[in-house]
Amino acid sequence: MANELKVPTMAELFAAGQKPEVLFWVGCAGSFDDRAKKITKAFVQLLNKANVSFAVLGTEESCTGDPAKRAGNEFLFQMQAVTNIEVMNAYGINKIVTACPHCFNTIKNEYPGLGGQYEVVHHTQFLKTLFEDGRITLEGGKFKGKRITYHDPCYLGRANNVYEAPREMIRKLDAELIEMKSCKQKGLCCGAGGAQMFKEPEKGDKDVNIERTEQAMETQPEIIAAACPFCNTMMTDGVKNKEKEGAIAVMDIAELIASAQDL
Amino acid sequence: MEYFPNILFVIVLIAGIGFFARNVKRLSRNVKLGKDVDVSDDKGQRWKNMAKIALGQTKMVVRPIAGFLHIIVYVGFIIINIEVLEIVLDGILGTHRIFAPLGSIYDVLIGSFEILAFLVIVAVTVFWVRRNIIRVRRFIKPEMTGWPKQDGNLILYIELVLMVLFLTMNGADYQLQQMGADHYLKAGMFPVSQFMAPLFEGMSMSSLILLERTAWWLHIIGILCFLNYLYYSKHLHILLAFPNTYYGKLKPKGQFKNLDAVTAEVKLMMDPSADPFAAPAEEDAGEPEKFGASDVTDLNWVQLLNSYTCTECGRCTDECPANQTGKKLSPRKIMMDTRDRLEEVGKNIDANKGQFVDDGKQLLDDYISREELWACTTCSACVQACPVSIDPLSIIMDMRQYLVMEQSAAPTDLNNMMGNIENNGAPWPFNQMDRLNWAKEE
Repeated sequence: MANELKVPTMAELFAAGQKPEVLFWVGCAGSFDDRAKKITKAFVQLLNKANVSFAVLGTEESCTGDPAKRAGNEFLFQMQAVTNIEVMNAYGINKIVTACPHCFNTIKNEYPGLGGQYEVVHHTQFLKTLFEDGRITLEGGKFKGKRITYHDPCYLGRANNVYEAPREMIRKLDAELIEMKSCKQKGLCCGAGGAQMFKEPEKGDKDVNIERTEQAMETQPEIIAAACPFCNTMMTDGVKNKEKEGAIAVMDIAELIASAQDL
Repeated sequence: MEYFPNILFVIVLIAGIGFFARNVKRLSRNVKLGKDVDVSDDKGQRWKNMAKIALGQTKMVVRPIAGFLHIIVYVGFIIINIEVLEIVLDGILGTHRIFAPLGSIYDVLIGSFEILAFLVIVAVTVFWVRRNIIRVRRFIKPEMTGWPKQDGNLILYIELVLMVLFLTMNGADYQLQQMGADHYLKAGMFPVSQFMAPLFEGMSMSSLILLERTAWWLHIIGILCFLNYLYYSKHLHILLAFPNTYYGKLKPKGQFKNLDAVTAEVKLMMDPSADPFAAPAEEDAGEPEKFGASDVTDLNWVQLLNSYTCTECGRCTDECPANQTGKKLSPRKIMMDTRDRLEEVGKNIDANKGQFVDDGKQLLDDYISREELWACTTCSACVQACPVSIDPLSIIMDMRQYLVMEQSAAPTDLNNMMGNIENNGAPWPFNQMDRLNWAKEE
């Protein structure tokens, strides 16, 4: 990697008497999953490039509780939520950005009722504002004319009505955005939500991610763009299952922008 | 004897409406078996949703063919009710076409009723073909065999017969008007039923009158029967779509409710000054609240209203990723099961003088299997697809809560995941102290 990542923690900044503009909530996938870590790094590169004053919680971050809640364990969810809220409130955090739609949904919608009031944005929305404010720009046409299809994560799209920010980022690439037959409000799930990521699927004819990958492949894409680490895993597995990993790349919006920047 | 028809009509009308009122009472009693839930917020938005979604049919037209045909039947239903008002008044007062003095307005009204009735016949026929000949995927799922299938067709037959009776009544009336029969004043415009003339060829005035009166009586009796059929059918949506869209979820689809009972316990656990050995306060001494739902009485009343509102169109199931890939889960079946179990509980209460007597059954396992519940990805596609704001996902979630928090009956993989979150703050077995390692890795 050309540039070393600058990843300050809240604890460090706090010790130095500083407060960042925004907290980057990395999430479990972004912290531990090898594929998702690349998304995390790409996003941090962009934050560094745009000179965004941010920090992460690092070892003070813990699972939001989303998979526990969706599995039916409200108790564990609230334990996680209350603990995280205590940490964030102690740092006086106002604004949070995250690259995971599940963390995004949980902190934005389910934390306020438990005492955690923050402005929460998804990283595609954050990148959009960085562009609008001129803090990052895009030149050159690395992805010019490439066929890209975008898979809507359920917890970003249907769950929170964020459909445009990720698409606008793809348009910034000068790429050809081709919609799948079921997209936006009718977007098909990748199969990971509701804690399915962590269990074997129930008996059926097919796995959900295969169905979704087939829909994506109907658009004959060179790239399947995702905006969720779990969707990314599911679609990557789907593409591998179809033995198309040589022809079709599954990439996060942050990775696309960072790569177009030659970061 | 002169007033015999009027008296008979009033008796039929009172019986029809009275029986319907009894069913409404029963329905409302059953819905109230659900837990209380606060839906008093943002009335403005709620009225708007009702106007847009129920009255304006905005979500129906997401599927253009079915949506367009449905609007015809829906508008037909509402507009033709004006005609029913005239029929009721005529029946009580012994008049004939009491609105006729409206003159040209009356002509336009009757004319448009006729055109709508004709269009309804066309739409209903197409609906029947879609169900029985084309066999549209969502109408032939496993839960759509037996009564639900019959019910769907029966509704179409009833609507067809009602419209044919309406046109026959008008057609015969028109002939009688031409013949100058007594009481059959010249009124109305008959753009459709005038073409029925060849059918009446050679009929005497008295048989035409008999035909017109028979059609008139069967039409109104048919409407009253249909009104009372609603409660036993999936067709209640024509009434309940309105309250259901009003009470529908306002929050983002991804926002699931936080259980207050759990919050209280978590707060207590996190409170360093709480006495762990304290005896429970007086008011807490009752039975601890049950987490989640294993039967219909554990659900809230809006969820129960949802179940009566469902008209089994299957758009939810058609959009469900689990169902599309051959899993057992069908959101429509979740709603049908909830309604069927609620009916069973209601009948149990009726049979036991107002008290529910344990029947050894419940919604979980006896109606909805665990396999169905665990197949859900919580993607909200079913909630999005429903044209009348039903939320099958909330029932699935409540039942998962019961399985996990009351029965500790989660699939092993999920227990491992939850164990990891508890122990190291991530769904995978990684140490929380390693959470920032990515920043130093190449």
